[in-house]
This record gives sequence, structure tokens and C-alpha cells, in this order.
Amino acid sequence: MKNIKQLSIFAENKPGKLEHITKVFEENKINIMAFNIASQGDFGIMRFIVDKPEKALEAFKKAGFTISMNEVFAIEMEDKPGGFHNVAQFIAKSGLNIENAYVLIEKDRQGALLICDIKDTEKAKKAL
Amino acid sequence: MSLIWNKKAECLLPLEKEQLQLERLQNIVRYAYEKVPYYKKAFDKSGVKPSDIKALKDIEKLPFTSKAELRDAYPFGMFAAPMEEIVEIHTSSGTTGKPVVMGYTVADIELWSEVMARSLTMAGCTRADIVQNAYGYGLFTGGLGVHYGARKIGANVIPISAGNTKRQLEIMRDFGSTILTCTPSYTLFLAESAKEDKIDLKSLKLKAGVFGAEMWTEKMREEIEKRLHLSATNIYGLTEIIGPGVAQECGVKHGLHLQEDLFYPEIISPEDLSVFSEGEKGELVLTTLTREGTPMIRFRTKDITSLRRGECKCGRTTIKMDRITGRSDDMLKIRGVIVFPSSIEKALLEINGLEPHYKIIITRPHQLDEIEVQVEASESLFSDEIRHMEETKRNIENHIEKSVGLKLKVTLVEPKTLPRSEGKAKRVFDQRELK
Repeated sequence: MKNIKQLSIFAENKPGKLEHITKVFEENKINIMAFNIASQGDFGIMRFIVDKPEKALEAFKKAGFTISMNEVFAIEMEDKPGGFHNVAQFIAKSGLNIENAYVLIEKDRQGALLICDIKDTEKAKKAL
Repeated sequence: MSLIWNKKAECLLPLEKEQLQLERLQNIVRYAYEKVPYYKKAFDKSGVKPSDIKALKDIEKLPFTSKAELRDAYPFGMFAAPMEEIVEIHTSSGTTGKPVVMGYTVADIELWSEVMARSLTMAGCTRADIVQNAYGYGLFTGGLGVHYGARKIGANVIPISAGNTKRQLEIMRDFGSTILTCTPSYTLFLAESAKEDKIDLKSLKLKAGVFGAEMWTEKMREEIEKRLHLSATNIYGLTEIIGPGVAQECGVKHGLHLQEDLFYPEIISPEDLSVFSEGEKGELVLTTLTREGTPMIRFRTKDITSLRRGECKCGRTTIKMDRITGRSDDMLKIRGVIVFPSSIEKALLEINGLEPHYKIIITRPHQLDEIEVQVEASESLFSDEIRHMEETKRNIENHIEKSVGLKLKVTLVEPKTLPRSEGKAKRVFDQRELK
């Protein structure tokens, strides 16, 4: 288990918005490792795990986006049937509530990381 | 308290004032009747003659003049003075139909300079000041009005005109401007740009601002004063009457002193046109008491305000009008409820962290009016959790509903996507197709 930095960007739910965001990553040569989109009616929040989060934060601020950065937990999973189940079982036992989660598959494809946004950081740190 | 430009005119005793107003009213009514065919026709139609004006109250016998009549008179139909006496022409922004054309004689320009000198003095301007005049110069009266007033005082006026924000900020810093004159929405635009250009507004010499030509609120004043580090005062005026300088706030900042030795005010009901008594809120009607080029009799300004008499702490005795809180023609009727966009603005600005930029859109999708307010999801409103954002949205909706009495929908949009204005801001979009 490790802590990694996640970027959250506010976006209106309109055609072309995602392209607008990916362009900033492209122009600043930032590599996207995982992402997730949560939307509600007329707006949404896009979350990204990237190779250079600090640089990305600055670039998006400069481009006029509303963006924030926070730490999330990355839990290793085995890339095989039942891998996710093992982790889920563990999380349930620890009584942790996950706000938001998605998967990052590592380059070597040996394993995968479950990116979890857990607001009760202390409890999570202890359990994990 | 600061200086008074013209103690004699601004501190008249009630009886002196009424006597002066009556004499001037009788003169202007006779003058208008004799020189402008429109007035002769209108007075005759109402069965009133100039000699019927025996007391100030008799003004109520005269017909109103509205923008439509001025447009019909395009271009010079309202001119009372012969063309060779006219030395300047201004028009009011013709957003709908033909513009309104007003003519100024030498005496009118002097009158305008006088009221602007009174106004700028109220804001704290002296001959030692440097006035950065960011109102547009041209047919619009803002630029030249301030210019004439500042010249009369003997202040140093920088005629930079509107726009070119980068240059405004440089000049402000390098020339040491002490007084800023522009629209209130432009000040916020300036503040934002200063932040981007890393210019510290606190370190500048600005001490006061004279802001007008559009509606604004007390909350906006707080915001402007905080961001620009100056004392923000409100000025009122309109081309049809003279331009800016009809009324202005003194240092007390509690109502605008209306120059009633030169302009006679009334408040009427926009619905049945009856005259309201003092203190009641309604539409402001103005009569120019000395204007030569284009005298204006009972002009319906469409601006909603109220009037208060009594001596001000600053020593002036001129009648005070409240900040304009709406336009009788902007007055929105949403599901039967009367709403002024300014009251929505007021509610919005009471919310911490909300940027003072917004857009109001009214639609009628299914026989029922719907109103949407767009606000920017600034950093201070942002959360990386959808449900917190939803909550923020609902809080804004509830807050507006509580203060305006109207259910509406709030939409969060991306920062800096709502139009910033360099002049008059257009913030209300009524897209109802009413048949």
C-alpha cells in the first residue's frame, strides 16, 4: 500500500470539455496513468493520476481551471481472478468507507493498483 | 468631512430652494412649450398651459416624456436651441432602436461641468488629485462628463478612456493615479487582471473611486473597496438629463445627493403613473430646470429608487436618492413574482467565496417560467467530492430563495467563463418566448 497524489478537476458537462483538459496534459508532456469521471447533471469532476502531479497542478491553474490535489491510497492487487475480491474483503473487514475508486494497471502488468479515496485517513492508514 | 464644491447651491434652506425651483420650473416649461413642437403638442393635448404652473406641485399636471418620444424625435426634434447655439452632441446607447440625441449649448456644458465638479468633490477629489478616467470618451457621456468636472476643479485628468486593461494598470502604478472613475463591474475586472499581472493594488496611490453607469450593490461596494483599497462612491446620471452628475454619494455613503437646484425629481408608480410621496419606492422622474439645448420635462428614467429629505451629516441639504435597485423595464415577472436582477445579485454576493460574476437566464420550457443562475465554481467553492459540490449548489439555491422568494436553479460553471464586462455588463438573458 502506498499514498499517491490525485488531481480533481471541475468540468461542465458539455461536449469538448474532456478534450480541453487532455490538451493541457499533452502540451505539458504529462503522462496520464489512470483516470475516472464522475458526473452529475450539468457538471462533473474528473480525477487523474499522473506522472508529474505538481507540474500538472500548476499548468491547470495557469490555464484557468478549478483544480485540487489530494492524497489517495493505492492498494496492490494481484492481476488474477479473485484479486479484487481479496482487497474488497480486507477493506470491508477494516470498516473503511470508500468515496471513490478506480484501477491503475502498472506498466509491467504484473499487478494492479486500486486507487481509493478514503476520507478517514487515520483509520485507513492504521488498517492498511 | 470633505469639502463642498458649491455651498450656496448644495446647502440651500428648504424655502429658498423651493422658490428657486419654482422660478426655474416656470421658465423651463414656458421655454420648452415655445421652442419644441413636441412639448407644445403634448401640453395642448393634456390641456395644460405654461401659465398653469403656479406651484411646484403643479408639475403633476404636465405630461410625462419617455424614451419612445425622444426616439421619434430622432435626430434633432427635441432641440430647443437653434443649431448654431449647440456646441456638443451626445447620444444614449442605442441597444434597442434608434439612439436618443441630446444637444448641449455652452451653458449646458457649464452646467454639466458644475454638477460633475460637485460630484467629484463629494468623492474627495481636489485640485491636487490625479483622476484616471476610465469611462469611455465619445458619444457616451461618461468620459467627457468626468473630464469636464475634473477640469473645473483643476485636478489632473488622465483621459485614458475605457478598455486596455494592461495599460490602465501600468498608468495607475506609474502615474500615481489617486482617483479612479469607471463602471463598477470594470473595477473587478481590473482587480482580477492586476492579480494576474502581479500588480499589488494595495501599494498604489488610489484613494477614491467614482463608479456608475450601471446598477450595483452595497455588497459589491465592500468587495471593490477590499480589492482595490479605495473608497468607492456611487454616481448617477443619464444622457437624457445631462450625463453623469445628476446625483452622487458624499463621504457618508448613505444615499446620493441629487442636484435639485438643477434637476427636479419625482417618484411615480410605474404601473398607474401616480406620484408617490417621499420615501416610497418607485420610478424616478426628472425635469431639467435650466437645460437649454434639450430641456426635459418629466422624463421617465425607468430607474427604481426612493427619495429622502433632510440635512445630511456632510452639511448638504440636497434631497437624497437611494441606490438604484432596478429598472422598471428590467423588472422581471417570474411566475407572477416581481423580481429585480439586482436582488438576486445581492443574495449571491452574501455567499462567502462566490465570485461576483453571474448570469441569469429565464426560460419557459413548459408554460412555466424557469430561472437559472450561473455562477463560477471558484477554488473556494470547489470540492473533489460531487456530493459536497451538490450541497454547495443547494445552499446557494436556498439562500437566494430565502432572500428573493423565488425557487430557482443554480448551475456551477467553470471559472472565468462568464462574461466580464469592460462597460455595462449584460447579465440577464430573458429567453422566454412570450406570445
